[in-house]
Amino acid sequence: MTVELDFWAVLADWPMLLTGVIWTLGLTAIAMAIGILVAVAAAWVRSSGPLWLAVPVAAYVELIRNTPFIVQLFFLFFGLPALGIRLSPPVASVLALTLNLGAYGTEIIRAGLLATPRGQIEAAQSLALSGYQIFTRIVLPPALKKVWPALVSQIIIVMLGSAVCGQIATEELSYAANVISATNFRTFEAYIIATLIYLALALGVRQALNWAGPRFVFGA
Amino acid sequence: MVQFTLWDILRNLIFAAQWTVLLSLIAFLGGGLVGAVLLLLRLWRPRIFTAPVYAYVTLFQGTPLLMQLFLSYFGMRLFGIQVSVWVSVSLALTLYTSAFLTEIWRGCVAAIPKSQWEASTSLALSFSEQMRHIILPQALRISIPPTVGLLVQVIKGTALASVVGFVELTRAGNMIANVTYKPFTVFACVGLMYFALCYPISLYARYLERKTLVSDR
Repeated sequence: MTVELDFWAVLADWPMLLTGVIWTLGLTAIAMAIGILVAVAAAWVRSSGPLWLAVPVAAYVELIRNTPFIVQLFFLFFGLPALGIRLSPPVASVLALTLNLGAYGTEIIRAGLLATPRGQIEAAQSLALSGYQIFTRIVLPPALKKVWPALVSQIIIVMLGSAVCGQIATEELSYAANVISATNFRTFEAYIIATLIYLALALGVRQALNWAGPRFVFGA
Repeated sequence: MVQFTLWDILRNLIFAAQWTVLLSLIAFLGGGLVGAVLLLLRLWRPRIFTAPVYAYVTLFQGTPLLMQLFLSYFGMRLFGIQVSVWVSVSLALTLYTSAFLTEIWRGCVAAIPKSQWEASTSLALSFSEQMRHIILPQALRISIPPTVGLLVQVIKGTALASVVGFVELTRAGNMIANVTYKPFTVFACVGLMYFALCYPISLYARYLERKTLVSDR
């Protein structure tokens, strides 16, 4: 038996693939921007916030980290309408990705915060910096710098996880592959190409974030 | 119309959860075996296998598990291998798990001080003797917490098998939600059941990690 593979039939639909790539990158970028903010806030709460906040935040982190992303997504998309909260596929996707990155990011950033030498905080206090100033200027930048590689890896895991969002008809890359295979029946080829694009995105985004981190996120 | 009680939903979900557990075990054990072979290849001297193993790990860690499941599912059919969905999801999850395990274990081996290698080489131990008596016993000890931690990731990974039609906890949740019209309750229960499976393992991994750190002090 011979198997003929026709990759050109899939590549001919390149505008569809390009739209998928833009969606995938867009979802990831929004989830990254909000997710890191959530993670920083939650990490602060867990390391030095009040107990009445730390307990629910810990519950959020553990709940997200110990359940599959696809179940979280289905709960938001199929479950919430029962409460009258109807989310569109892209909104449910962004929300699920953000909550996910927020939870994993919390633990990553918290590790960085805990590694701050005690003397630095005492020195900042002796300079009469406020608690807010100490956190944002003294503690946070070196903490982010320390954990940036781990955070970048997590962002990439979230990007790859966003392939699941196609299951609720968010038009990202895996959804594009699905639609293309439904029109020309080149299913295997469509998924091979989508997979290779994901690989290229993962490698490219890692490079880009390693470059961007010291310049835009935590200063030199 | 048939009425479904909460107990009906839970009963069916618990029944489906056994397939999640079984698939996780297959993927974890299979992944462990393949991962161990890959690790030995990676450490092999001369280092002819280092680049291929590195490429393998990059490929599986750099692409979505969902795509790997699709490719395994459609690929086997395309090449005329008519197997059940069990085989195709087991294969994909095994390869996925092996990539992560081999990378974790490689890190553990790399954490063994270089002087250990040098000392054992100077004692004229062969590669296999070095591995068996010097490197692996030490690496094994530090590898247990992250390995247990990966089990959580594998269990969560099996949820994606639902997408290619494998009936486990998530798929069962989908089907039950469709017949009961109670997606909120059903998916909340599904989530809690995954939590009940994963959280104890997470706690155990954390406990092991703390124990290893303390004994290293």
